[in-house]
Amino acid sequence: MTTRDLLEETYSAVTVNKVRSGLTMLGIVIGIASVIALVAVGQGSQASIQANIDSLGANLVMVLPGAARGFGTTVRSAGGSSQTLTPDDAAAIASSVSNVAAVAPEVSGRYQVIYGANNTNTSVLGTTAAYEQVRNVSIDTGNFFSDTDNAVSNRVAVIGPTVLQTLFAPSATASATPDMAIGKTIQIKGTEFTVIGVTVAKGGSGFSNQDDMIYVPLSTAQHYLLGSSAYLTEVDVEAATQDAMTQVQNDITALLLQRHNITDPTQADFNVLNQASIVSTASSVTGTFTTLLAAIAAISLLVGGIGIMNMMLTTVTERTREIGLRKAIGAKKQDITLQFLAESVMLTFTGGLIGIVLGWLAAAIISLVTGIATSVSIPYILLAFFVSAAIGIIFGYYPARRAAGLNPIEALRYE
Amino acid sequence: MEKDIIVCRDIKKAYGSGDTEVTVLKGITFSIKEGEFVAIMGPSGSGKSTLMHILGALDTPTGGEYFLDGKDVSRLSDEELADIRREKIGFVFQAFNLLPRASVLRNVSLPLVYANVPKEDRERIAAKALTDAAFPEAFWSYHSNQISGGMMQRVAIARSLVNNHALILADEPTGNLDSKTGEIVLHTFQSLNMGQGKTIVLITHEPYVARHADRIIHILDGNIVTDERNHKKLLARNEKDIPHDHT
Repeated sequence: MTTRDLLEETYSAVTVNKVRSGLTMLGIVIGIASVIALVAVGQGSQASIQANIDSLGANLVMVLPGAARGFGTTVRSAGGSSQTLTPDDAAAIASSVSNVAAVAPEVSGRYQVIYGANNTNTSVLGTTAAYEQVRNVSIDTGNFFSDTDNAVSNRVAVIGPTVLQTLFAPSATASATPDMAIGKTIQIKGTEFTVIGVTVAKGGSGFSNQDDMIYVPLSTAQHYLLGSSAYLTEVDVEAATQDAMTQVQNDITALLLQRHNITDPTQADFNVLNQASIVSTASSVTGTFTTLLAAIAAISLLVGGIGIMNMMLTTVTERTREIGLRKAIGAKKQDITLQFLAESVMLTFTGGLIGIVLGWLAAAIISLVTGIATSVSIPYILLAFFVSAAIGIIFGYYPARRAAGLNPIEALRYE
Repeated sequence: MEKDIIVCRDIKKAYGSGDTEVTVLKGITFSIKEGEFVAIMGPSGSGKSTLMHILGALDTPTGGEYFLDGKDVSRLSDEELADIRREKIGFVFQAFNLLPRASVLRNVSLPLVYANVPKEDRERIAAKALTDAAFPEAFWSYHSNQISGGMMQRVAIARSLVNNHALILADEPTGNLDSKTGEIVLHTFQSLNMGQGKTIVLITHEPYVARHADRIIHILDGNIVTDERNHKKLLARNEKDIPHDHT
């Protein structure tokens, strides 16, 4: 029996009962489609979280005030509002830790911002010119402020696209262009600032919305917005290379412990976070999520496989006399086994193909409707392809062997 | 008459073992020459079906020897028996055993698929077999479940011809047909036997069916009771007086 004969026999056997073949195939279609769609959702989320973290800046080490995690014996107040980091700490990091490319001390707060009749309440971040490099800020129009602006406490501001739209849009439906804002004067907490730049839209980072943000020079913020407070809310440090990140993190910890006169590292009044560790935590979370989704989809694939086996067993019983006849006219066990295996593989393979297309469509619809990023990867499609063929072989093998093992005399007599 | 197609020597078949052993064939010896048309007769339970299974290489005897076309097939494995069936034997069954929802042509070509005959040749061979089996060409592309029982059996006969087998083995070929269509089928066998010298072994329990054969072997309780020439038919053959008006 040639391969072509086998395929023709299989095709006619499968198409004889189209409804039943279709319904059986549906189990595999749904299984494969859900594997493709769910894995696409999982991998898409992973990729978008990764991209968001990357957009924070390359080789970023963040120093945050507040107690390090430890047993709850600390007397300090909650993280973020803690006042432990000073501009001198930032300067010390810049001068005495090696492999540091840039240091950006930050202060932040939420203030009322007014332009003309429009007003908004948004985050205002006071920092130095180095911030642009450390946190990958891209300027759409105008400039980021300079070290000079910082040194002389110039009242200049760089605004995010969300702020731009809120304050400068001519009407609720029209969008504002950066040119409308450059050179204009806005009021932050009653103080007038001149807009000198607008940043490029970045999207939410998962931590804060970097588009709904106003950047001002650190010294200006300290003078006009914070009063006399000299404490920083964060220090961002860019390591020179990715390999140096751990060393930079460790050196900063040692330096600040020494500067803050703390001998026990568990009592540290600051946190040093490494971007790589954030990435690995986030990707392990999304990896687990993807595995979970794949596992759920795999179960539906298993159920589909059992459906195939069920139908193949029914088919073998129904066609007992046909099997008897084929054996009587000289078909060998191998011929019969191959014929029924080919039928189940044809069902699962076709189901797999349809499933891949549907899964792809489903992933596209999911990202269109919910906005969740999805990514359909070629390796997973190939995997789904082979899995569907393998299911045909695994779940078709027992029925096929049963058919091949029939005694021709009894099979011919079967009613 | 030339060489022996079937040689059976003391064929025995028993099922079970020990106290429950049942001996169905108790030592059958006979031979069939090429070109003979033999009917094996017997009531149910006589062992004729068991004998037919052994003659058809669907089963092996527990004792004795069976030579088919010069080859000892009494001690072969299942897979070797499949080869023998494919190469030597054309089957015609009581229940026709055609593939439903497959065309007449495809049904007739089926043995050629397993014999690895190239696809280009199959249709030509199948067409010749259908013509030999007197099957009308107008119905060749019909599905096998769209035609009458008599036609179905002639499709089955055509199917038994395609591999040019040494032996055609027909098991109660008229059992599912009314007497008129049964006659047509039997005449098909007769003309194949006389026109093409096909060796035909027909198993039946009906005397009127057996009367179409040249030789009738009677089996009872696992033994051959009579093995005789069908003189009436032989006479008719000699006088070239075979009625053809039934077809």
